[in-house]
Amino acid sequence: MEKNIYFDHAATTPVRSEVLEAMMPFFSDKFGNASSVYGYGRESKKFVEDSRDKVAKALGAQSKEIFFTGSGTEADNWAIKGIAYGNRNKGNHIITSSIEHHAVFHTCNYLEKEGFEVTYLPVDKYGLVDPEQVRQAIKPETILITIMYANNEIGTIQPIGEIGKIAKEKGVIFHTDAVQAVGAIDIDVEQLNVDLLSLSAHKFYGPKGVGALYIRRGTKITPFMHGGAQERGKRASTENVPGIVGLGKAIEIATTNIAVTTQHIKALRDRTIDEVLKNIPYTRLNGHREKRLPGNINFSFEFIEGESLLLMLDMKGIAASSGSACTSGSLDPSHVLLAIGLPHEIAHGSLRITIGAENTQEEIDYLISILPSIVEKLREMSPLYEGVKKIN
Amino acid sequence: MYSEKVMDHFMNPRNVGEIKDADGVGQVGNAKCGDIMKMYLKIENNIIVDAKFKTFGCGAAVATSSISTEMVVGKNIEDALKVTNKAVAEALDGLPPQKMHCSNLAEEAIKAAIDDYKVKKGLKEGHNLDQACSRRCDDIQTHLHDDDLEN
Repeated sequence: MEKNIYFDHAATTPVRSEVLEAMMPFFSDKFGNASSVYGYGRESKKFVEDSRDKVAKALGAQSKEIFFTGSGTEADNWAIKGIAYGNRNKGNHIITSSIEHHAVFHTCNYLEKEGFEVTYLPVDKYGLVDPEQVRQAIKPETILITIMYANNEIGTIQPIGEIGKIAKEKGVIFHTDAVQAVGAIDIDVEQLNVDLLSLSAHKFYGPKGVGALYIRRGTKITPFMHGGAQERGKRASTENVPGIVGLGKAIEIATTNIAVTTQHIKALRDRTIDEVLKNIPYTRLNGHREKRLPGNINFSFEFIEGESLLLMLDMKGIAASSGSACTSGSLDPSHVLLAIGLPHEIAHGSLRITIGAENTQEEIDYLISILPSIVEKLREMSPLYEGVKKIN
Repeated sequence: MYSEKVMDHFMNPRNVGEIKDADGVGQVGNAKCGDIMKMYLKIENNIIVDAKFKTFGCGAAVATSSISTEMVVGKNIEDALKVTNKAVAEALDGLPPQKMHCSNLAEEAIKAAIDDYKVKKGLKEGHNLDQACSRRCDDIQTHLHDDDLEN
């Protein structure tokens, strides 16, 4: 029996059929350039604006505060570089966390080379940023705080509302990378005092190659792409109309009734965590038990290496992910796992399972049933396990 | 990304385990780097008659361990020392570029095990096995940075 089970929804998700259907006409029949004045263009423009309304509604924002981009990474780059360059006269200090996605982390690294000063706040063992540390890190020169909403590897959800409150009090612009959070958590930018928020369509059953940046009205930011007058002169380039239409449809579906849609995912997550921790010794859950994304699970299995685990799971028809060095293309394991205090050898043995709406109880049961023997097979092969076995 | 042969040796590794009365044992790599290879050799009249391994590491690390045990059995120790990382990789129908260092590990493990045998036999002075990984990691880090055109 050939299995084909997808447990990597934090990497990407399939395009929902309703979303694909909404996009299709814009590849061919309705192909007009949204900037053209004639009928074809006006029709495209109308759908782009309709999508903008949907994104605004999903975030509790106004439509004119939504700007479409080519990806979540672009939205992060624009937010951080745009605020840094646009507010250089006020200061050069940026505050971020030590567990950001590379789209934020490497952008901050780049700005350090450009003369900006960056504070990388530590996190606790669950991956949580302490809002008080954010407050203490603020200086007169601080122009931006950028803290992710929820972590892509360990799923930890940050106290964004508390950080937003502090940022507002201190008059510092606050950006959050919400790429993993949109569609999984109810978000209201007004309530949270967020000034900029990045999102990406393909994380919530929309197409790849399209994202958006929410920019609070009145925020001083330089454009990222220079060229035509699209996106109110802030983000040049011909609108990706099918992509934008897809993003609008996807966010509308994903954010309607989040509590109901995530209930199923959460139940599968909790069952997996409980069963695996019970059945496999020398295993730990990375991230916070409750303050975590509904579909995120991240384990570390001691004495084994993550890529081996992924290959074994793949042979059994399961697609998952790991923070091991061998899967990252470098020699260091994930910076997130190191930041929460895992020793290198334990960080190498991590497994990330991210559950989506289409996963079933049966699929979870299959994973729970095969995982112990796979871990045991790799441990039997591992020289690190020898001593442990002798003790027991 | 892996050849069929790598996947075969990964899923069905040959010669996994320990040799209780091994004549030479070599361990290279370290947990920090993400791979450790421990090789056990049984040597009779200068010929390797049995080899077993234990490995903590990625698919390529397990596959190179497995195939290198097959490659050394039946060889005299002089010939076994001539098994290069390149030969190990070729025997697996190639490795992805970022995994080539795993084949170094196999070559080093063979050498370390033979070294241990020679020391035990009094054919050689004492040795230090702990150098292998740190040197290897540093080499690769430097190499990666050379290729990094982004900055």
